[in-house]
Amino acid sequence: MNQKPLVLKILDIVSVLLLLAAAHLAIFVAPTEKVMGNVQRVFYFHVGTAWVALIGFVVTAGLSVIYLVTKNLKWDRIQVAAIEVSVVFFLITIILGSIWARPAWNTWWTWDPRLTTAAITELIYIAYFMLRQGIDDPNKRARFGAVYALIGGLSAPITFFAIRLFRTIHPVVVAGSNAEAEGSFSMTGDMLQALFFALFAFTIVFIDLLWNRIRLGNVQDQVEELKLKATW
Amino acid sequence: MITVTKLVKRFGYKTILRGVDFEVQPGEFVALLGPNGAGKTTFLRILASLARPSLGEVKVAGYKLPSEAAQVRARLGVVSHLPLLYGDLTAEENLRFYAQMYGLTNYRSRITEVLEMIGLETRRRDLVRTFSRGMQQRLAIGRAVLHDPQIMLFDEPYTGLDQDASTMLDDVLKTVAAQGRTVVMTSHDLARAEALATRFDILSRGVIAASAARKQLKKSNLLAFYKQALAG
Amino acid sequence: MKQSSEQLSVNSNYVRAIGAIVWKDLRAEFRSWELVSAMFVFSLLVILIFNFALELDVKTRQSVTAGVLWATFAFAGTLGLNRSMALEKDRGCLDGLLLAPVDRSAIYFGKFISNLAFMLIVEAIVLPVYSVLYNANLFQPGLIMVILLGSVGYTAVGTLLAAMSVQTRTRDILLPILLFPVAFAVLLSAVKASGGFLEGADYSEIAFPINLLIVYDIIFIAASFMLFDNIVEE
Repeated sequence: MNQKPLVLKILDIVSVLLLLAAAHLAIFVAPTEKVMGNVQRVFYFHVGTAWVALIGFVVTAGLSVIYLVTKNLKWDRIQVAAIEVSVVFFLITIILGSIWARPAWNTWWTWDPRLTTAAITELIYIAYFMLRQGIDDPNKRARFGAVYALIGGLSAPITFFAIRLFRTIHPVVVAGSNAEAEGSFSMTGDMLQALFFALFAFTIVFIDLLWNRIRLGNVQDQVEELKLKATW
Repeated sequence: MITVTKLVKRFGYKTILRGVDFEVQPGEFVALLGPNGAGKTTFLRILASLARPSLGEVKVAGYKLPSEAAQVRARLGVVSHLPLLYGDLTAEENLRFYAQMYGLTNYRSRITEVLEMIGLETRRRDLVRTFSRGMQQRLAIGRAVLHDPQIMLFDEPYTGLDQDASTMLDDVLKTVAAQGRTVVMTSHDLARAEALATRFDILSRGVIAASAARKQLKKSNLLAFYKQALAG
Repeated sequence: MKQSSEQLSVNSNYVRAIGAIVWKDLRAEFRSWELVSAMFVFSLLVILIFNFALELDVKTRQSVTAGVLWATFAFAGTLGLNRSMALEKDRGCLDGLLLAPVDRSAIYFGKFISNLAFMLIVEAIVLPVYSVLYNANLFQPGLIMVILLGSVGYTAVGTLLAAMSVQTRTRDILLPILLFPVAFAVLLSAVKASGGFLEGADYSEIAFPINLLIVYDIIFIAASFMLFDNIVEE
């Protein structure tokens, strides 16, 4: 069995440290937001997890194309890993958003375009795993998975625009402004610093988890192969 | 007519065909024998361009698979143990549909000709749903010879047929072969194969284990030959 | 010269194959009425359930008619898509289609057009029935255009996903799970646009969802055309 590479071991430790540092910045260093108070601190992690999950989903669509062109199962393993990690991160995004929304919007959930698109996107990738579960042949599983992930990736932006037909209350904090948004706030320098550090930390954590998950996928495949050899 | 070199087919990590070399001369009737799970159907599906080879070269009627699949398909007739017919259409409508799919013009007289050959002329306006298994299988052969293919592939055509139906199918198969066509038929029924084929190839553990022309075999020796090939 | 005439015959074969598939599906359907009748009865049941679940009195009805209609079409649509593809798979007919010397995308377009035809037939029966039941006039050119655009997008992606789901072990339950999240955009835009027409809203309000429907239709027909090969070949 192949040894875990040293770089990955180091990355594991670095990820944990970065996560702790990001938490420290968000909780102790960043100033308290005037109107919303401490609950606003959830925002750093909310944006951090959303950022990496969305990058993961975009990368996934690209991996679909690469797999369909090359038909090399390696890309399928990377895609599964990327979707799995992204789905978990996106779930965390939604839960953290909900925690923030309760005091800010006075509700856990609202059918705002971003929230709804997030929910639909999450459902698309859960459907992706259900599709894969129903197929035994690994090549077919990979092909169907790639096709569905691509179709899902194409539909997500259109879904966002379609839900936009209804008004939004989600704040746009980083760029632009929306007069109808509730709970928006302007960021101070310290807040920005904490935010960018969180983005950086989550990117590293994401890469670390992705790498570990890909290795796990490889090991799973080796087990499959050995099992087949044993029964042949 | 058919040249296969070092053909490998994998489903994920399961290798079904591991280096098949196979050649068929024009006009030969080859019976491909072997136990269940030996890869006969998979092999035939590759020849029929329904599955892609993982490795190796496949040439049918002088065209390469899978790159020149359309040319191969135009020269190929396939009969499987499924009828490939629509129950809610009549015999004639089924044939007309496939004639259009193959781009035939003036198919009216051809359809009558084929229906006479398979002995279903009187039932041409009946729904296929009402046909017996044997009649459906004969119509399936009619469907496969409609575009006058040079090569015919039969995948276990006797599955589920009773004695009478099998005898009638024998006659149709002989007629089809007598018209100078090249035929490859898979079967696990040695007696049937012996009655029809001019050559016997045995597929075992993913390779052609043995091959013998009818002349080389004394009658009644096929069983011994088959057993020896499987053991060795 | 020879090149171009050969090209022409390939193209006409392509169109002929699409036509043959559509003809064959409609012919079989007009004989048995299995699919359309099942879709229609199911539609009636869905409307019946909505009627009581939402208490469709005159006031609420105005605001929810578009939603009820599209929910009905979507549910009935999955029923038809699943059945139409399962018919091809069960008796090996899909293999028969794949063996024909035409580009695989012709099979997609053939199935897409016949699925669309089934859906439009059902919608053409449901609309007058709904109109009679609730004494509302649904025969407005704008609404019919929206129904056409929405059905095109829904069946375009639905045909592709149904071809996938019938090849899995969990095929009876999988299609709606795959289709609904992806078709969410088309259903939502269609509801918005239909509602706009029914309420007599200004065209400037309806233009955006209609454009979105057109964009969706184009993207998903193109994507399915390119991807179909990948879901039928082993």
